[in-house]
Amino acid sequence: MKQQVDNLQEEFTLEQINELNEIIEKYRVEPGGIIPLLKETQDLLGYLPINIQKQISDKANIPLSRIYGIVTFYSFFTMTPRGKHTVKVCLGTACYFSGGKEIAETIEGEFRVKSGETTADRIFTYETVRCLGACGLAPAIVVDGEVYGRVKPSKVKEILEKYK
Amino acid sequence: MSLIDIIINDNKLKIEEGTTILDAAKEAGIKIPTLCAMPEFGFAPGSCRICVVEVVGMPALVASCTYPVREGLKIYTHSERVLRARKMTLEFLLANHPLDCMTCEKSGDCILEELAYSFGIKKSRFEQNREQIPLDETSPFIVRDLNKCVLCGRCIEICNEILQSHAINFGYRSSQVKIIADEDVDLRLSQCLSCGLCVVVCPVGALTDKAAQGKGRTWEFKKVKTTCNYCGCGCNFDLNIKEGKVAKVTSNPESIVNGIHLCVKGRFGYDYIHREDRLKTPLIRKNGKFEKASWEEAYQLISSKFTKIKKESGNDSLAVLSSAKCTNEENYLLMKFSRAVLGTNNVDHCARLCHSATVAGLAQAFGSGAMTNSIKEIADASAIYLTGSNTTENHPIIALEIKKAVTKNGAKLIVADPREIELVKYATLWLRQRPGTDVALFNGLMNVIIDEGLEDKEFIAQRTEGYEELKKTVLKYTPEVVEKITGVPAEDIRKAARIYATAPTASLIYSMGITQHTTGTDNVLSTANLAMLTGNVGKESAGVNPLRGQSNVQGACDLGALPNVYSGYQKVTDPQIQEKFSKAWGVDLSDKVGLTVVEILNAAYEGKIKGVFIVAENPAMSEPDLNHAREALKRTEFLVVSDIFMTETAEFADVILPGVTIAEKDGTLTNTERRVQRVKKAIEPIGEAKQEWRIISELAQKMGYNMSYNNPAEIMEEIAKLTPIYGGISYERLEKDGLQWPCIDVNHTGTKYLHKDKFSRGKGKFSAVEFKEAAELPDKEYPLLFTTGRVLYHFHTGTITRRSKGLDEICPEAFVEINPRDAKELKIENEDMVEVTSRRGKIKAKAQITEKSGKGVVFMSFHFHEAAANLLTNAALDPVAKIPEYKVCAVKVKKYQ
Repeated sequence: MKQQVDNLQEEFTLEQINELNEIIEKYRVEPGGIIPLLKETQDLLGYLPINIQKQISDKANIPLSRIYGIVTFYSFFTMTPRGKHTVKVCLGTACYFSGGKEIAETIEGEFRVKSGETTADRIFTYETVRCLGACGLAPAIVVDGEVYGRVKPSKVKEILEKYK
Repeated sequence: MSLIDIIINDNKLKIEEGTTILDAAKEAGIKIPTLCAMPEFGFAPGSCRICVVEVVGMPALVASCTYPVREGLKIYTHSERVLRARKMTLEFLLANHPLDCMTCEKSGDCILEELAYSFGIKKSRFEQNREQIPLDETSPFIVRDLNKCVLCGRCIEICNEILQSHAINFGYRSSQVKIIADEDVDLRLSQCLSCGLCVVVCPVGALTDKAAQGKGRTWEFKKVKTTCNYCGCGCNFDLNIKEGKVAKVTSNPESIVNGIHLCVKGRFGYDYIHREDRLKTPLIRKNGKFEKASWEEAYQLISSKFTKIKKESGNDSLAVLSSAKCTNEENYLLMKFSRAVLGTNNVDHCARLCHSATVAGLAQAFGSGAMTNSIKEIADASAIYLTGSNTTENHPIIALEIKKAVTKNGAKLIVADPREIELVKYATLWLRQRPGTDVALFNGLMNVIIDEGLEDKEFIAQRTEGYEELKKTVLKYTPEVVEKITGVPAEDIRKAARIYATAPTASLIYSMGITQHTTGTDNVLSTANLAMLTGNVGKESAGVNPLRGQSNVQGACDLGALPNVYSGYQKVTDPQIQEKFSKAWGVDLSDKVGLTVVEILNAAYEGKIKGVFIVAENPAMSEPDLNHAREALKRTEFLVVSDIFMTETAEFADVILPGVTIAEKDGTLTNTERRVQRVKKAIEPIGEAKQEWRIISELAQKMGYNMSYNNPAEIMEEIAKLTPIYGGISYERLEKDGLQWPCIDVNHTGTKYLHKDKFSRGKGKFSAVEFKEAAELPDKEYPLLFTTGRVLYHFHTGTITRRSKGLDEICPEAFVEINPRDAKELKIENEDMVEVTSRRGKIKAKAQITEKSGKGVVFMSFHFHEAAANLLTNAALDPVAKIPEYKVCAVKVKKYQ
């Protein structure tokens, strides 16, 4: 157990670990508490790496296979670290043909990430999506819920710089 | 429930309301195909869609396994619409399924194959090129081919709900869904315990028995139902025989004790039968080396040597060690051989080393020393007090019943164990006593019960004696006093006492953590005291339940392979009994109580015992203080060993006789719940090996005593005649479910639980017991407490499990469990080689740093000859039962340089 806490501390602060233990304690005995437990943990830590899942499994006496099953089932949960901001590039038909593909390539080249990944500095998580329902604004990107329409590939960097 | 009318396929039917359509159809003789449902486990998820039927008035087809019938329902199980839907579903299932049935292990037993055949589907219309999932062959026992998986969920249900192993589950979503082990790792790296039940329930070839690959197809095997030869649970299974060889073990759903459950040893641990290094001919030591000999030559030598020793030094200079791994018939013959042929009561077996304290203690308290309840009753107990038993590893099938009691029936489990065993996870309360302080803990519990007036006054008054004396003694053991002795917090003692005393039915389960002490008999008496104090004995699901270690340790005791009793615990000192046996056997018999195992070896050490006949026992590994025991074997003038492999003990022999495995003999075994069950010969003996009952009777003949039987059934007839508790037992009656003794006569149906209205001895006897420290405690020089036990993957001295490829692969070496705090002080890292030393010997093994062992306590299993834990253990004996103190001695540990 001691070793596990050491491992966790490489990634998270002691404060975060203590808070995690409080969350586990809160939901430990609650039937059906596993999803809120995982959600609050993700809210706290940003993502749910295996060692965190193991910690929850040990402390809450929930089988690891069950936790992992849930984490991989719901797209809401993620096992890779999330960036501070989420960038979604639309690759629906309208956006794709009016430059969405180029926007995606620009981001992938500029930030060295693939869809679903987070930049090394953990500022952006980059995702591609199929149609945001904003075809009139094609090509569109969404940063943290804010929609940018008619984005030129050359302007992408400028938009994202604001969030750094 | 009322009967209602329904119409299935235009036939009217009366059926109980609420029955599923699937079951209703079954009753009407209509077979609806299913893939995912397992009605015997109450599993009907309705997910495979193969069992769909048409219900008139319902727009969509419904899954018959989940849909309950109601009045007037009109159902079509095989209409065109239904058949079309089933066929379509099958084609979807086959879309991704590899069609390699000609080499698939499951072929012939595969539901998908059978369905495709009956629907005439050669190829799916919807073939996809789904990405192949790599084969998982990491487990030594199970091959996982997830490409064949149909995601029925059977394995998950079994692993999580039935077994509570929680190793697997569904992972991912939509087309990516697959069965994951832990965090989607290889099976070998997961917490899978390799019980293999998932292999049994898998409807397709996704999970198969690794060792059986290529050894035969389902339809080629002859199946022989028999009883497992490992622990005392007494599971039944089928040996699958092809061309005179055991190819694999499969579950037999008819098994009364275990159903389709088996543990890793029972299911996958029988490959030792065909090992090349089996003993195949008699061997005689000539000039210090073993040479092959004929049976005649071996018998001649044994006969002349034993006769000579008998003549020169007297009958009592000979001794016989029988075995808890041999059948009842063999044990009976061995004790008869010892008493009638050699003329000595020096006959004993390894029960001395595991549960002699039980036999002595429970006989004193109740009148007979066996589990009072049946295994199946455990699940219905409302409280379970488990102490000194790591049930999950040592009696896996009984552990399932305990888990069932807790998770399904809401029982409260109290675990009293110095180690954090797996069942602690299920416990309401865990009492971590210092090893060797059990009497104090029991007295503390009883103190609370009496103090709070929770005792069963009526039971005490009507059915027991000696209560006042007990009361006087336990009153001294207040929870605070006991806390000081045991280290268990006083408040926990109070809580445990209340749970146990107020439960409608409380089952006390224990094993060798209670018996293997110099205070073993006192410990057992304490269990009986606690049970009687609260009236928790002589009732269904309430009693005192010692879990016996080996497959026939109960039977070996029952059949009198003990120095003080004949079969059925009839005393050798009782003149009437002596006369009965003397008449039946046609010889004069000794009334002098013989020596016990450890005493026999001590006498051999001193030269007083000169000739020893050991059958299927391995004292050179299992005795305490091995250096002393091995020297004793070396000093024995003439040692005969019968076994299936060259054991550590056989190395000392003058003559070695090749015996047979459980697959090669007929007989019976008595499991821990007193159930006598059949062992059936499935293959011919290997090489020139002989069934032990033949060896014993042929040897007796050679020595001039007429001992002749045509088969073991005849031996059982003789046993029944002479042994009241086995009086009604015969092979014909054992065929289906066996019989639980006492079974007095041919009309008696056996006894589910003991002491119902009256104890075997009349009144139950309380014994006031004072706490005594263990014989050797940690001190300055040897500062750590050493305790021993077993692991799931090995059995006893490892003679057979270490020869099982898979078992030895998964657990290849000994380890020493050390608490992290001790490890830190000793500067030992995980997996370091350490040297463990006691006053008697030293061994080397890998350290395993774990919280399982408490601070100051070191644990080791005794299966490994390279690091034989018993070189360290103390041969100090319990004064009554003569059981050695395996569970407590003092050691020092240092890093091995």
